[in-house]
Amino acid sequence: MVYLIRVELREDYSNLIFYLSPLVAVALTLFFGSFIFLILDLSPIESFKIFFISPISNSYGISELFVKATPLAIIALGLSYCFKNNIYNIGAEGQLTMGAIFGGGIGLLFNDSTSVFLLPLMILFGAIGGAFWATIPAILKTKFNTNEILTSLMLTYVALFILDYFVVGPWKDPAGYGLPKSMPFPDAGRLPVLIDGLRVHIGVYFALIICLITYIIYNKTLFGFKLKVSGLSSKASQYAGFNYKNLIFYTFIISGACAGLAGLFEVSGPIGLLYRDISPNYGFTAIIVAFLGRLNPFGIILSSLLIALTYLGAEDAQLFLKIPSAVGFVFQGLVLFFLLGTDFLNKYKVFIK
Amino acid sequence: MQSIVEFKNIFKSYPGVIANDDVSFNIKEQSIHAILGENGAGKSTLVKILYGHVKPDSGKILINSDLATINSPSTAKNLGINMVFQHFSLFESLTVVENLILGMSENISLTKLKDKSKTICDKYGFKLNLNSPISSLSVGQRQSVEIVRSLLNSPKILIMDEPTSVLTPDEISKLFKIIKNLVKDGLTVIFISHKLEEIINLSDYVTIMRNGKVVSTISTQNEDPETLGYKMLGYKVSKAKQVSNIDISRDIFNIKNLSTQSKDPFTINLNKIDLNLKKGQIFGIAGVAGNGQKELMEILLNENDYEFSGDIFFKDLNINNLSTFKRKSLSISYVTEERLGHSAVPEMSLSENIFLSMNHKSEFKKGDFINFEKINSFASDVIKNFNVDTPSYNVKAGKLSGGNLQKFIIGREIMSNPELLILSQPTWGIDAGSEAFIKKTIVELSQKGVSIIIISHDLDELLEVCHQISVLYEGSLSNPLKVEGINITKLGKYMGGLFD
Repeated sequence: MVYLIRVELREDYSNLIFYLSPLVAVALTLFFGSFIFLILDLSPIESFKIFFISPISNSYGISELFVKATPLAIIALGLSYCFKNNIYNIGAEGQLTMGAIFGGGIGLLFNDSTSVFLLPLMILFGAIGGAFWATIPAILKTKFNTNEILTSLMLTYVALFILDYFVVGPWKDPAGYGLPKSMPFPDAGRLPVLIDGLRVHIGVYFALIICLITYIIYNKTLFGFKLKVSGLSSKASQYAGFNYKNLIFYTFIISGACAGLAGLFEVSGPIGLLYRDISPNYGFTAIIVAFLGRLNPFGIILSSLLIALTYLGAEDAQLFLKIPSAVGFVFQGLVLFFLLGTDFLNKYKVFIK
Repeated sequence: MQSIVEFKNIFKSYPGVIANDDVSFNIKEQSIHAILGENGAGKSTLVKILYGHVKPDSGKILINSDLATINSPSTAKNLGINMVFQHFSLFESLTVVENLILGMSENISLTKLKDKSKTICDKYGFKLNLNSPISSLSVGQRQSVEIVRSLLNSPKILIMDEPTSVLTPDEISKLFKIIKNLVKDGLTVIFISHKLEEIINLSDYVTIMRNGKVVSTISTQNEDPETLGYKMLGYKVSKAKQVSNIDISRDIFNIKNLSTQSKDPFTINLNKIDLNLKKGQIFGIAGVAGNGQKELMEILLNENDYEFSGDIFFKDLNINNLSTFKRKSLSISYVTEERLGHSAVPEMSLSENIFLSMNHKSEFKKGDFINFEKINSFASDVIKNFNVDTPSYNVKAGKLSGGNLQKFIIGREIMSNPELLILSQPTWGIDAGSEAFIKKTIVELSQKGVSIIIISHDLDELLEVCHQISVLYEGSLSNPLKVEGINITKLGKYMGGLFD
């Protein structure tokens, strides 16, 4: 026999398992993750406690969970539009950065403002910045048929360099001891927190509202229907008379605007100014969040909380277990790996000879 | 002669349907055994069970009187069972021999394989250039590749699923000669078809299936198409009858001097096509597949912003630059050749598939929102009026059989009240019952004043329903021939490219 492994499409692949597979993936991640702790000579049970339970055992921890989950959820909700349409925008990190530059730029421009309109204006420009950055791969895709995966990814690094330029150049805080950061935004440009003393901010409301609107769009509207058809079959979408170029634009703009919004919330919320490392890869991690949530808006909210926990767990693990915080990324990678694996096995039968 | 295959009490059910109900019959060695039945009669399920594609709920299969457990196509192949599917699975950009080697389960060198294939081709008269790419082959030649690929495995039993549905009359008679020679050399052929005359001409025995059950297994010797058709359906089929009811004063659709100049080697360029369609007229475009039908359909639909010269008029309005959406809004309806993934989305419900084609109609929308109530009731009407066999409009389109889905799609387009209906291969690969129903519906529609264009490889179908027929050959369209009193020899010449 030439082939050791053979793969066959299942004719009756299960919808139920499609929605259960995130749970299977999480279970497998915990199982195999425990080996990582064993190799590091740590008790898996104790380590999991520190990783997944102790970070959210007090009100500060829960607030931090929402602080991390909010940008993940907002970006992933936006990305779900692209992914449903079979467009792979993986440049949300860049769109987030551009949102922070645009929105944050407004905050710096009016740095002595006390107007109540400053924050809404910053939010608006944050969304515009992200959307603007997302239209570039959309134009390249529709005009020149370039691969949006490559262009959106490469533009991420361009955006990061632009931010770099601003914080070491024109926007550098003169009173900042030469550090590559801007001056702080005025109070009118800061995102209100929900509870005094904690960092959880009104971005949570935005995430929930975007989730609800997305649910309605996906299930009740012509636009949602167009996305569904285009994602399932581009030929059927043409038969139906849908303009696929417009759909590519709309979905890129929506996901870019969401990422830009998340970027602005980060800088005007927890951070309060512009500097180099505004995002711990939220834009990339949100891709995992979107797929783990099965591109379903409510599923995305749940998965954003789970993935946010891996961020917090990694910080605690670094503190208390003395292991590198990169373990958090290992867990994110494992979840995605097992999710793709369960999806594959749900769709195909594998024979080993 | 001994039985090579024995089906014993095969039972297979799917949610809501019993596909095979206590199926038992024997297939004699070295015979041509046809399986005849309507869609949903269970013939595809049965051969898929034999080929290891589907697992039966209960029942046994004996091969050469030994109990066989066939879990997968590869075990079937080990037992000497091979299958030629209705839909080919060839790689277009690879050559014939490259496609052949991909189907081999044993290790074999390319030269050895070439020799082996050549022997088979010479022996049975397959005219294949082993080094040409699949994309340059006609449908008939592609089928030959599929058959040669099966024969390379030296099978004892060859299953052929509707093999003639894509062939010209000439190709069919060649295929039959080959099949008869193969049987002489020891092969047993299981032949699925719904064309009654073919079955009588070709096969020795026929098993007739209806609603999952075997009606009878008989020798074809003393049968004629009418008696066989009656046994298959349980009732008599009436042929669609065309009556002239054309309003010659009113042009509905005109194509003037349509040409394309694509440099893509995988497309056929259209050459100065003219077409004139009157109100209530059915116009057939005949021709062997791959002569520009796909390209013409794409231009009529405007799916890919295809570049062309010339003009297309719908009721004196130039629609050259109108999008698919706008053309549909003008009451032009389409049924494409591919059902799954083109004119219907298999993963979506029947209701959603209604909206797929009706999204330009305001009655199904409330602003930007979808009016599901209206769509569901419209879907129910289509299912009822067009005899679609399905438990509900929530069923996914992919779950319907070919004939049922086609009735649903054509029903959907007809109920959208089109003035012009363009159909491509409307009865391709579906059963006799649905085919007769669809033809009758098309004729009735034209009598209500709807103009219809049918692109089809099936000449019999066009001769039955059309008023006029033109032949498409290598991108050129012949002058139209009136079907009434048509000169068949002339039509045959046209199909070979010899226009006046």
